[in-house]
Amino acid sequence: MALKIVKGSIDRMFDKNLQDLVRGIRNHKDDEAKYISTCIDEIKQELKQDNIAVKANAVCKLTYLQMLGYDVSWAAFNIVEVMSSSKFTYKRIGYLAASQCFHEGTDVIMLTTNQIRKDLSSPNQYDTGVALTGLSCFVTPDLARDLANDIMTLMSHTKPYIRKKAVLIMYKVFLKYPESLRPAFPRLKEKLEDPDPGVQSAAVNVICELARRNPKNYLSLAPLFFKLMTSSTNNWVLIKIIKLFGALTPLEPRLGKKLIEPLTNLIHSTSAMSLLYECVNTVIAVLISLSSGMPNHSASIQLCVQKLRILIEDSDQNLKYLGLLAMSKILKTHPKSVQSHKDLILQCLDDKDESIRLRALDLLYGMVSKKNLMEIVKKLMLHVDKAEGTTYRDELLTKIIDICSQSNFQYITNFEWYISILVELTRLEGTRHGHLIASQMLDVAIRVKAIRGFAVAQMATLLDNAHLLTGNTQRNGICEVLYAAAWICGEFSEHLEDPMQTLEAMLRPKVATLPGHIQAVYVQNAAKLFATVLRKHDGETESQAAQETSQLLIDRLPLFVQSANLEVQERASCILQLVKYIQKLQQKNVEVAEEVTALFAGELNPVAPKAQKKVPIPEGLDLDAWINEPPSESESEDEKPKAVFAKEEPKHSRSRHTEVDEKELARRREVRKQEQANNPFYIKASPSSQKVYDAPGVEHIPVVQIDLSVPLKVPGMPMSDQYLKLEVERRQKEKAERKKKEKKKKREKRGKERKADSGPESEEDITPAHQVDIVTEEMPENALPSDDDDKDPNDPHKALDIDLDKPLADSEKLPVRTHRPEALKSPAEDRDSESVPQETKKKSGKEKKKDKEKDRKRSKEEKKKKKKHKEVEEELLESQPEEAVQSEETKEAAAPPTSTSAEASDLDFWLSSAPVPPAAQEVTAPSSAAAAVDTSSAAAPESEPDEPKDTEPEDTKSSKHKKKKQKKEKEEKEKKKKKRHHHHHQHHSDAGGEDSVQNGTVEEEEPLPPMSNYSLLAENSYIKMVYDIQGNHQDESKVVVSVIFENKSDSFLKSMEFNVLDSLNSKLQRPEGAGAHDSLTVPFQLPPGVSNEARFVFSVQSIIMPQKLKGTLTFIVKSDESSTHEKLDFKLHFTCTSYLITTPCYSDAYAKLLESGDLKGSSLRLEGINMPFHHLLARICFHHHFSVVERIDSCASMYSRSIQGHHVCLLVKTSDQTVSIDAKCDEPSLLGNVLDEIKQTFSKC
Amino acid sequence: MIKAILIFNNHGKPRLIRFYQYFAEDMQQQIIRETFHLVSKRDDNVCNFLEGGSLIGGSDYKLIYRHYATLYFVFCVDSSESELGILDLIQLICFFVSVCVFVETLDKCFENVCELDLIFHMDKVHYILQEVVMGGMVLETNMNEIVAQVELQNRMEKSEGGLSAAPARAVSAVKNMNLPEIPRNINIGDINIKVPSLSPF
Repeated sequence: MALKIVKGSIDRMFDKNLQDLVRGIRNHKDDEAKYISTCIDEIKQELKQDNIAVKANAVCKLTYLQMLGYDVSWAAFNIVEVMSSSKFTYKRIGYLAASQCFHEGTDVIMLTTNQIRKDLSSPNQYDTGVALTGLSCFVTPDLARDLANDIMTLMSHTKPYIRKKAVLIMYKVFLKYPESLRPAFPRLKEKLEDPDPGVQSAAVNVICELARRNPKNYLSLAPLFFKLMTSSTNNWVLIKIIKLFGALTPLEPRLGKKLIEPLTNLIHSTSAMSLLYECVNTVIAVLISLSSGMPNHSASIQLCVQKLRILIEDSDQNLKYLGLLAMSKILKTHPKSVQSHKDLILQCLDDKDESIRLRALDLLYGMVSKKNLMEIVKKLMLHVDKAEGTTYRDELLTKIIDICSQSNFQYITNFEWYISILVELTRLEGTRHGHLIASQMLDVAIRVKAIRGFAVAQMATLLDNAHLLTGNTQRNGICEVLYAAAWICGEFSEHLEDPMQTLEAMLRPKVATLPGHIQAVYVQNAAKLFATVLRKHDGETESQAAQETSQLLIDRLPLFVQSANLEVQERASCILQLVKYIQKLQQKNVEVAEEVTALFAGELNPVAPKAQKKVPIPEGLDLDAWINEPPSESESEDEKPKAVFAKEEPKHSRSRHTEVDEKELARRREVRKQEQANNPFYIKASPSSQKVYDAPGVEHIPVVQIDLSVPLKVPGMPMSDQYLKLEVERRQKEKAERKKKEKKKKREKRGKERKADSGPESEEDITPAHQVDIVTEEMPENALPSDDDDKDPNDPHKALDIDLDKPLADSEKLPVRTHRPEALKSPAEDRDSESVPQETKKKSGKEKKKDKEKDRKRSKEEKKKKKKHKEVEEELLESQPEEAVQSEETKEAAAPPTSTSAEASDLDFWLSSAPVPPAAQEVTAPSSAAAAVDTSSAAAPESEPDEPKDTEPEDTKSSKHKKKKQKKEKEEKEKKKKKRHHHHHQHHSDAGGEDSVQNGTVEEEEPLPPMSNYSLLAENSYIKMVYDIQGNHQDESKVVVSVIFENKSDSFLKSMEFNVLDSLNSKLQRPEGAGAHDSLTVPFQLPPGVSNEARFVFSVQSIIMPQKLKGTLTFIVKSDESSTHEKLDFKLHFTCTSYLITTPCYSDAYAKLLESGDLKGSSLRLEGINMPFHHLLARICFHHHFSVVERIDSCASMYSRSIQGHHVCLLVKTSDQTVSIDAKCDEPSLLGNVLDEIKQTFSKC
Repeated sequence: MIKAILIFNNHGKPRLIRFYQYFAEDMQQQIIRETFHLVSKRDDNVCNFLEGGSLIGGSDYKLIYRHYATLYFVFCVDSSESELGILDLIQLICFFVSVCVFVETLDKCFENVCELDLIFHMDKVHYILQEVVMGGMVLETNMNEIVAQVELQNRMEKSEGGLSAAPARAVSAVKNMNLPEIPRNINIGDINIKVPSLSPF
């Protein structure tokens, strides 16, 4: 019986599933924590069971507890166990738990690699799906590296359900393992055109996310996205794409032009608010990126603003909010069109929704102008009074200050008004922003010299009424203002009308209740005021007033001497002693005013906030180096302090003190001034701003009369309103005056054109009330202008800033799972495969074996594949290390830029030609081309680079017929290749990415003949050399000569040495230490029939003339029985073309260049050219390193730049068989030579 | 990117949380508290966007939420997501939850997702969510597709016997165990306390 009860209880215990747990927690509201802890104990028991069902149930409950905030990481291993269950139900629970609580720091994660891999390749699509979903949450760099290849295969899975998940997870993989981006990208791009809309959407999602962070790498995808945008009907996809375009347009204004039309169509046609809103947003981005002032875009702006107005007026608060948000973006570039909706925005300030009010405030910030600033601030001040919550009121306060102070007080015409606004703001109760007001007061008073008199008067009133500010302890935030008031009164005390009264106010006993730092300022500035008073009464013998002042100080200062605040105490006692001394002197009738004022002479200039950071580190200063040798560890600590104390000699300092007399002091001051004058980092007063005591007095400035006896709260109208009225009157007056003047002028110059600014009150019309001299902030000399202080170095997306258009290198292939790359990790891995499925092993050992077998098979297959790969790799490897003759730098410099410029020109073509044939797009995208190169290089024989090359003009006649033959051969080969790779048929590559310029021109049906820039250098029966010369982007005096050596003989060629007879102008760059006539060793040997490329760097001085260099190649021919020394002479021909670098140029920049008038013209006519125009352009692009700027029908403008920065512009026109080329360049002889070379190129075909 | 999805009730009790970026448990709770604090003090007739959760995200992140009866659905997203789109998505998810988890409530208005339904089926709601959002990115928005996938998976679970069958199997497993060993591990007193908790509330 008893046993039965026990058994029943046990049954129930295991009965507790998630629902029971939740119910239990709800029933134990009072002792939830205790209940949960017992539950956790139970769960621990359950996890100890062998039964996977029990475990899964426990893990499921843990997931719930995790949500409640309980750390369940202790069960991580059990979670892995449940994950590896063969049943979908449990697996799903396991993966869910893992996705909720696993992270990079979870150490069992590395045990899951094999399990996840198994699930990914499971025949059940939901197993795979669950694994992918889970992985997306806890993928680590290790997992990403190990599984990237598996996921990549899943991207081409037959089931769209898996495809879309695999595509989406790639983003996470990229983040954790950036190296996978380039190999995976082509496939990802394919998925953009997947038949399944879900997969397509996922791909768009991933690429948008990538592009958002590094937009420039994805510009080349613009045509593809454009096509998607015009064809897709899925709003989610459309929104993503439109958002992406918003990120791309700032980089490429022409893209914007293309977008405007479809976007406006969408705006007109769509009914989905979300889509409409994003369209408007992107149109705004486009408009921002386009240079403003284009008349045909004002319609688009109007459309946007009009649509946004509809949103803002909508009753839906969400739309209202978004409308305001988008409006603020327009504001930056087209403030005028937003300002007309000021009414609406001010209306939003009254909205009950705080988010909307804040947005409206943001908008106001950008809407102010000189004209409406006072009006807007007045409105805001009203809101300040009305606002109930302190947070919103504080927000208003900061906004008012932001609005007024933006861009160096640009919009303030009347600083008296601003000061009074600030003073009014001090009346705000309980604000936290006292220091903000204070710093504004200081800023204005220091930087606007003309306002000082007024400011000082106001501050004196503030000080006088300090009790109003400090009376309430709650308002202590605002007492910061007194800090500013005291300092301004002290520093500019010469403007004070009654310094004595202010001094008295500053020394009231109540001041002692203020915070310490304010008291300190009070004390210090009391001393300044004292000096002013003395100066005022200077000259009067036995001045009663002066002596009274001293007495006042002596009476009141002891209060501060007793202060607990160190700063206050120190300053007070110092000044007290000083005053006492002065009093003595006064009694002896000694003139002291001069000396006392000298204590506070000099003026402080404002320093820019970043000034300190911008001070460049002087050359040779290493901030990390020790100044003194660091104390060695052996020096024991206890002897050190002794030495310090023993060395101190108090007597010495004392005696020095007494010795100092007045003269000495003066002399020292002089010396110090001198020193400071010579020190560039010392912030000194400029000679002009030296304090002048009798300079523009108070009466100079139009001060509004303020009754000082009246407490600060002026009954009735607040002060700033008076200013507003005054200002309006003043403006009207000015306007009237100006009109008079204008009339006069008009009468005088009737024939002349109307003045542009005669319209009603344009911005410039409003002159400031008084001439304001805003002192700019000081910056250290030769401060660096860079402003990239706010880039986050830890951004994980930085790693994804990868150029996707470069062809893939073999080293970049994703790791395939043959064996682990790191030896260290493999034991752990082995252990896990043994230990994880401990209990499953018992049950399903057979299954396991099968799995293993499968695995083995699969890996075999992969090995086979790999082998193939390897063979290719090896071939490539053979040549790779030997390739670079010169440093790798030169290689890098030469290779990647060509591809990027090529990409740019592809995009150019898309952007300039309206209809885009889809076939061209595929070619346009360079990375698919890159993939093609990959496959073709894998399949095609390696001997390709040594194919005979097309020739350059300098070729001799003798080789001509031969060349033709070679060409034929080549064309045949090309055809063969095409057959092999018919889907990449447009790609005729013979030298990697070098021909990519022509890609852009393949928009017409007719394919281009293959071209090459390699021309014959020399050849004999053993060896053949072809070469190409290219400019170096980084160095304006260097060109790189790539020479391909081909062994034509049956023997081995070795110890090849390359030498050139330098001319004055051109020199071969030899390694350091080598003599001027030493030859360079070619760093490889050539087996029979093999060719290889070497690069040599030449330095050139003048590039305006072509030239030839003589050289020799010596080498040893080694056959089985003998070896002979051979020699081959050659002539290197540096054409002017070879100094040109393909440089993309935008049409607007191009137009500017031509307008500048610095270029000299020349022209050329070619007759009897019968090739299609685009072939002609392609030839010029390819052989002469030009890029097409714009092309209209049979006319094209082209651009190139020399390595020394000469601009070369061509205008190519064709009619019938005549081609005329008008050219301009800033160097006539260079241009002449280039044109000659172009002529030669075409004379040969 | 979606950084987190939080569902909590009017008292701030979490009902479902899903972070797409790692936060430690205590931090997660703090974020929930902060978000609740921000969201709960807003009227129902103000806009559904909020800037400035200090703990999660930063300036680029927004909270987008909907309030249904006793539940708040909050999404924390960055600027790459469309605000209105996410609002639609929240509605969509509520709909799925009512359709997929509680087939019997199909006729109910989906805006009245019952909190109780959600509490007791947190795992199922998670599975639905996984079909809509994956790793912080929107996976699928096609309603039929999502419902079909969830249905298929549920069917698969049923064919395996489901988790509901687990306790039964657990019992049989216990029965097969060596009985005398068990009481040593179990606090019998505890069991007696728990008995009343089993009554339906």
